[in-house]
Amino acid sequence: MVAHNFRHAFFCAVITLIIAWPILGFKLVAEGTQITVNGASAFTWIAVAVAAFIVFLFQLFRDRIMGGLGGLAELNPMADREPMPQEKRVRLENIGLGVLIAIALFWPFFVSRGSVDLATLVLIYIMLALGLNVVVGLAGLLDLGYVAFYAVGAYTFALLSNYWGISFWMALPIGGLMAALFGLVLGFPVLRLRGDYLAIVTLGFGEIIRILLNNWTSVTGGPNGIGGIPDPTLFGMEFGRRVKEEGNTSFHETFGIAYAGEHKVIFLYLIALVLAIITAFAIRRLMRMPVGRSWEALREDEIAARSLGLSRTGVKLSAFTIGAFFAGFAGTVFASKQGFISPESFVFLESAIILAIVVLGGMGSQMGVILAAIAVTILPELAREFAEYRMLIFGAAMVLMMVWRPQGLLPMRRRQIKLKAET
Amino acid sequence: MLEVQNLSMRFGGLLAVDQVSLDVQEHEIVSIIGPNGAGKTTVFNCMSGFYRPTGGKILFEGREIQNKPDYKISRLGLVRTFQHVRLFGRMTVVENLMVAQHRHLNTNLLSGLVATPDYRAREQKALDRAAYWLERVGLMQQSNLEAGNLAYGQQRRLEIARCMVTEPRLLMLDEPAAGLNPAETRELDQLIISLKEDYNVSVLLIEHDMSLVMGISDRINVISQGRPLAQGTPDEIRNNDDVIKAYLGEA
Repeated sequence: MVAHNFRHAFFCAVITLIIAWPILGFKLVAEGTQITVNGASAFTWIAVAVAAFIVFLFQLFRDRIMGGLGGLAELNPMADREPMPQEKRVRLENIGLGVLIAIALFWPFFVSRGSVDLATLVLIYIMLALGLNVVVGLAGLLDLGYVAFYAVGAYTFALLSNYWGISFWMALPIGGLMAALFGLVLGFPVLRLRGDYLAIVTLGFGEIIRILLNNWTSVTGGPNGIGGIPDPTLFGMEFGRRVKEEGNTSFHETFGIAYAGEHKVIFLYLIALVLAIITAFAIRRLMRMPVGRSWEALREDEIAARSLGLSRTGVKLSAFTIGAFFAGFAGTVFASKQGFISPESFVFLESAIILAIVVLGGMGSQMGVILAAIAVTILPELAREFAEYRMLIFGAAMVLMMVWRPQGLLPMRRRQIKLKAET
Repeated sequence: MLEVQNLSMRFGGLLAVDQVSLDVQEHEIVSIIGPNGAGKTTVFNCMSGFYRPTGGKILFEGREIQNKPDYKISRLGLVRTFQHVRLFGRMTVVENLMVAQHRHLNTNLLSGLVATPDYRAREQKALDRAAYWLERVGLMQQSNLEAGNLAYGQQRRLEIARCMVTEPRLLMLDEPAAGLNPAETRELDQLIISLKEDYNVSVLLIEHDMSLVMGISDRINVISQGRPLAQGTPDEIRNNDDVIKAYLGEA
């Protein structure tokens, strides 16, 4: 055992050296037109050696260290608590949600513009994650190209406003429906696929959409993207300093208040908030409807589901379509918030982050997914002072999270149904 | 009611089922027995639409079903259980029964989102039917547990209940007594007879437990190496020389 551990630990240490040596050990310095390779300082070399030694020690005593860490869970006094009875839990949740929504409605009036902007982004991610939760968490279909539907929503709005001058409120349902249509189109070829195969095809689909947007320069502007996407209006009132479109009035003149840039940001935030709440409630209802149950049944056992008369085609397509619909929503809001979109915003990393949110939050659990969306969007911002190390910290946090709580932040709880005959 | 005519199923070079014919009448329990690997489950898989048979016809209430997809066959009222229990493990017992009643529910998205009276009425009716069957198979106490956490015998009973809430005409049970203890097998015995007597469901049964098969079957089909060997009443089968040879080997 020790001999095996020793060999393994030695191997890991050597790997650490091999990786760290060229990355940290050499520096490329530009001297005029030439680039020369300089060795790093002695301090760096010592640091690399120390790091390799630490890796060696950790791997050697890994079982004992991880065993010790495993004990940490017992320090949590809430760990072995009986689960609350459903009625009490539901009541608590409802009160909590009500307070949360009330706070969310009023806090943008008291904080800085930057925070409101970030909060809008959080809400967009919440919408995306809730939508992906339908596909991955409930229907169990691993979708790695979810960002494609987000892109479809955003580009639908951008193109419609660019070519036909269609406003945000008209584009919102159209963006959702377009994304849903793409979900349906993707759904057909992948009906027979499951697991890894499905993941690869969806990944490809995501890339196809991005590359198409990137190369169809005559329509989408290619890598230059599309700018000048209008802000949403409130009953024909614009939030800019000057009115851009004829027939509209401006918000600050109508109400006789001084112009402030914050108005627009807060308005967008409130739109995103309302849409996120609608998304959450709609999906919550869907989960308890026949269609939601059939998603889960298909995830649990496809053969049994079919033997009970569920059509695989219908169930899978509905999951893809509904998931994509909410991504289209989020995309429209995103386009309006940024005012400018390009294919850069819809790379694979986005899909990965949204998937990470769903997994971190706990597959199928709405509250968990919402919490995780907040954490995953805000943490990198909070860690900004660590500059180039912030993604490292982010990654480490995710790894630790998965080691300690593989079921997610708030795993899904099953709804208890009281049957009449029980009384 | 169900008629299988010269059913054949070939997988590449292997002829798993060869010219099997059998029939099930209304209000009847028919068994299929045979040594392991005889092709019994393959026959089931052909009838429930998981395999497309390479030859022969399957008629259910006068309609040919051999080329229909599985979910359509089960909607006609021909529902099966599995040799290895296939429940929706991470859903609760009630939810398992609700999924099975999918086609009795209002599945319109809009009426579900706004909870129209029709939607709620049907949902309630499905819950009542689920409650009835849970009471019937003795799983009322467990109604809100996850199905995967039930004991094996309970899972078996839940699987039968899940078929029954779909209100089938013909129930196909694939080794329902496998893994049950003698007491549970006796209960199962009672349950299957009651399905026939009280709910007017015909049953087609694959089973190795001979006391169960001989006790409740109206007729028995014997299959050996994919070919039909004998059919008849339990008494006829018990005294059939071919069957004894197939099971015990030639003396």
